[in-house]
Amino acid sequence: MPSKLIEREMRIANLPHIWCPGCSHGTIMRGLAQAIENCGLKREDTIIVSGIGCSGRAVGYMDFDTIHTTHGRALAFATGIKMAEPRLHVIVLTGDGDISAIGGNHLIHACRRNIDITCIVLNNNIYGMTGGQYSPTTPTGDYATTAPYGNIDRDFDIPLLARAAGATFSARATAYGVNEAISIMEKAIRHKGFSLVEVVSVCPSYYGRKNRKGDAVRMLQWQKENSVPYAAVGKMNEEDIKGKIITGIFNDDDFPEYTEEYQKIIDRVRVK
Amino acid sequence: MSRVKKLRIDASWCKGCGICVAFCPRNVLKLENDRITVADEENCIKCGLCELRCPDYAIWLEESEDE
Repeated sequence: MPSKLIEREMRIANLPHIWCPGCSHGTIMRGLAQAIENCGLKREDTIIVSGIGCSGRAVGYMDFDTIHTTHGRALAFATGIKMAEPRLHVIVLTGDGDISAIGGNHLIHACRRNIDITCIVLNNNIYGMTGGQYSPTTPTGDYATTAPYGNIDRDFDIPLLARAAGATFSARATAYGVNEAISIMEKAIRHKGFSLVEVVSVCPSYYGRKNRKGDAVRMLQWQKENSVPYAAVGKMNEEDIKGKIITGIFNDDDFPEYTEEYQKIIDRVRVK
Repeated sequence: MSRVKKLRIDASWCKGCGICVAFCPRNVLKLENDRITVADEENCIKCGLCELRCPDYAIWLEESEDE
């Protein structure tokens, strides 16, 4: 029998999970389970939605009401769920490709609406499940199955994109800094409105191997040595920030929430 | 009676990534045949970093009554 936390929050019969040795997704999924417990969310009030990709597998393991949806559409399904049952805590678990390529349009509009959904992005900088194709977060110059001579695209900064699109909470943490990730995910869950937390995961099987980043231990060590707290960014020059992972909460704003505003319309126009 | 924490392992869930071994601050753990094993339990300070970082939930601290 595994730990009490895993026993309480996961479908033990489905474990161990299918993720590769050293993949951070398992660490982050445990972190999310811890954050959910810390917030005291009840199982019957919580629904977890995923899209497609390595991250999408998480809903098979987490013992909540869960739905594994179509590629890129987790936020669209989550929006429907939240509109139908605004009392529910809706958590979306997605990956970098799922949320910023296939689901990019859903992402910007969920941000703009400020609908009360917590979106956790497991960013491993690559499409792992389908064999290591480059994703919108593969850094420029890095290698992937579909970029054998180096990626010429510029990479997306997903929390920055979310913030620009209107997300009222945006943040980033790393798998190495899993305690910070848990505390940020907790704040995101408690935040009223659309919150997005990117947790930088490591993919030793594809991203690591293609880019000679070493094994999972070395990749986590790299995260440790190359993370910069957001609070310190103002004191650093641009050259020193280049290529670093900036972690922390980027914004946490109050703004009217979509389902509450929608209810106000219903109350106003309904015949008394 | 006081609560004590004990290091527990399920090697059948271990995939041998070595993360717990590398980040253990007291060198308590080692891999044997690509599976986790406790090398030096005396040295363990029950910090729980292994449980926090293990991607496969193969190692954890269990609280129990003092025996």
